[in-house]
Amino acid sequence: MAESKDVKTRDTTEVQKREPELMLRPPVDIFEDGNGITLIADMPGVSKDRLNLQVDRDSLIVEGEAEIDMPEGMEALHADVRSTRYRRSFALSGELETDGIDAGLKDGVLRVHIPKRAEVRPRKIEVRAE
Amino acid sequence: MFGSLSNSGGSFFDDFRRLEEEMDGLFGRWPWPAGIRSVARGTYPPINVGSTPEQVDVYLFAAGLDPASLDISLQQNLLTVSGARKAPMEKGVDYYRKERFDGAFRRIITLPEDVDPDQVDAHYRDGVLQIHIKRREAARPRQIEVKTA
Repeated sequence: MAESKDVKTRDTTEVQKREPELMLRPPVDIFEDGNGITLIADMPGVSKDRLNLQVDRDSLIVEGEAEIDMPEGMEALHADVRSTRYRRSFALSGELETDGIDAGLKDGVLRVHIPKRAEVRPRKIEVRAE
Repeated sequence: MFGSLSNSGGSFFDDFRRLEEEMDGLFGRWPWPAGIRSVARGTYPPINVGSTPEQVDVYLFAAGLDPASLDISLQQNLLTVSGARKAPMEKGVDYYRKERFDGAFRRIITLPEDVDPDQVDAHYRDGVLQIHIKRREAARPRQIEVKTA
């Protein structure tokens, strides 16, 4: 059975060539205690004004742009690091109180603390003496 | 069908990165054979080296360094950078991830032969250690006169 297939051609103006941007995934330490969760990320080259933290009920997105001042016309002899953009995201769980998020950045180390909701924190139960 | 089980939000290019690593293992990093002093990919800290006709720049990507712990020395064209980056485990907490490097490091880098050990400048900012080394002035090109006999 012969079928004629018309290949649908796309108008060339529609097809946009997107250069895939290589993102760096910063290494993190994540730990939890009774009060909340702490995340520490290495983002060398990122200063406070180039850091973007986005948090909502479900996720935490950490983004940063590293700024390395290089002379004009510098030729690469060796490159372990081939991008200046950091990005990593984390799914959050409901017991975290994202409004109470606290973050600091020093020497490229980002430290984020998200407390747990008060009602979820381990409560010490006082025993009354009768 | 099922989303990624580890919801750490890795970049889409992690797969390409893994492929790149495998290719590096097969063919060696960079188009030519790896230098005899070259180290495995992923050695801490990552470094970039760039050059212009006037200088050579070395960048070490090491966040949270104590600059006092650094030892930088240049012998001929061999640059040695050693130091320590502390990221100790906190007590009394449960760790889910411990990916950040903690400890001492040393990187030895072969630079172009015309670097001048007397003209080295280093500074540390926002987690990047930048080392700038000026190159010796190239020997003046000799003009060769063509005699017409």
